[in-house]
Amino acid sequence: METTQILETIRMIEEEKLDIRTITMGISLLDCIESDGTKARKKIYDKITRLAENLVKTGEDIENEFGIPIIHKRISVTPIALVAGASEDENYTAYAETLDKAAKETGVNFIGGFSALVQKGYTTGDQRLIQSIPEALRTTELVCSSVNVGSTRTGINMDAVGEMGRIIRKTAELTADRQGLGCAKLVVFANAVEDNPFMAGAFHGVGEADCVLNVGVSGPGVVKRALEKVKGERFDIVSETIKKIAFKITRMGQLVGHEASSRLGVPFGIVDLSLAPTPAVGDSVARILEEMGLESCGTHGTTAALALLNDAVKKGGVMACSHVGGLSGAFIPVSEDAGMIEAVEAGSLNLEKLEAMTAVCSVGLDMIAVPGDTPAETISAMIADEAAIGVINNKTTAVRVIPAPGKKVGDNVEFGGLLGRAPVMAVNNHSSANFISRGGRIPAPIHSFKN
Amino acid sequence: MKAILTVIGKDNVGIIAGVSSQLADLQINILDVTQTIMNGYFTMMMILDLSKAAENFGEIKKALADKGEALNVQIKIQREEIFTSMHSL
Repeated sequence: METTQILETIRMIEEEKLDIRTITMGISLLDCIESDGTKARKKIYDKITRLAENLVKTGEDIENEFGIPIIHKRISVTPIALVAGASEDENYTAYAETLDKAAKETGVNFIGGFSALVQKGYTTGDQRLIQSIPEALRTTELVCSSVNVGSTRTGINMDAVGEMGRIIRKTAELTADRQGLGCAKLVVFANAVEDNPFMAGAFHGVGEADCVLNVGVSGPGVVKRALEKVKGERFDIVSETIKKIAFKITRMGQLVGHEASSRLGVPFGIVDLSLAPTPAVGDSVARILEEMGLESCGTHGTTAALALLNDAVKKGGVMACSHVGGLSGAFIPVSEDAGMIEAVEAGSLNLEKLEAMTAVCSVGLDMIAVPGDTPAETISAMIADEAAIGVINNKTTAVRVIPAPGKKVGDNVEFGGLLGRAPVMAVNNHSSANFISRGGRIPAPIHSFKN
Repeated sequence: MKAILTVIGKDNVGIIAGVSSQLADLQINILDVTQTIMNGYFTMMMILDLSKAAENFGEIKKALADKGEALNVQIKIQREEIFTSMHSL
């Protein structure tokens, strides 16, 4: 072991904010299905609190021994629409409250899986769950919700797209006292993945084992610092530099994931190779793009810079761990990234550019505040655009927007903590209402027929 | 269990003596030591064997951090795997 290598690792953690963003325990609730909702919820509570009893403590022990911060310890569960569908309950808020209670008991900071998968159609359970989302997000603190409305194999369920615009509006209204915070815990996906450890979109897919541990790494600050050393060099060097640093970051994820899974006696799932920013100084994805030579994130060239970054992170990370999964790539949430916020305020980054950026990175329109009076149909049309990008390009896309009650363009929404601060962004004021009111399904793209 | 100890701070009399006597008190064996002055700072790394250690990891970490405060240097202890997994295949 060389002194310089030891010091490099220490510097990455202390100065450049390298951390393990999350260890997320995925728990299947399929064996908790009961026709009596009260019984089902008791089983759910018991199973989560039993399996995740030591999750937080184990995370803290590893943090202490290895000296690397593990920021979040979280739980994801089987989409509740599948679990609650067998019960006679008509409103599923009680299930969300059970998840909230179990999350608080185990000490995790979020639990994901108040979810429905409706990319092709609705079951009764899906319908009831989606209708329960606004109230569930109002009455709970730690529950995250997601709905998958499209996939490359099935196309886009435009009825669901239309409905989710209204659900997002209603969620904002019901949580108006918290500036529409409920919407920060609600994601609309296309091509949702079953092993995503990141919130608010995490759920435990039905193809997964009974209980697994997934890990999400982070480290935008480390990438930025590495690029500072190759100022002015050609893109070949930029790409190689990102690959090498992504390898090192991912090795940490692999190590922590293995250690946590063996201590908890739970199989290790995947490492999600993501660059997840936080509002802290030096932890920004926008700053990486600017380090490549852009005056401000959002200007011409931003999409190309992000494409290179996203691809190089994956190439470097893939060899560093045994199983890659989740979303894997660079995240571009606006409110959680100091550089993105600044770019919006400088007039350099707008919604249209963000949409273009989502075509080449791992997520979508994320943590964006829009005016509180944005019509539900406009939000639905934003979801439809994002879903189309995902479905056609065979990738995950998502929309997490907050129509901030009473706010207009130029105002700020302050969520605090890791959710950060969102400047309210302008939307296109021309109507999409007649487009959304058609309903039905947009068929799957021709290249989905691979059988 | 092996761990890596790093000591960084302003050079002074008695840092090595202070650290190694604290390790001896904790029943921790030193397997390897390198020490240099880097950018004007005293920088020391030790590879330690904790298999006969008297205390658990958390208590060892605290005892060493306290010692560091007394010696006016920063002392860290981390399990070896975090370094080996990052820098070697």
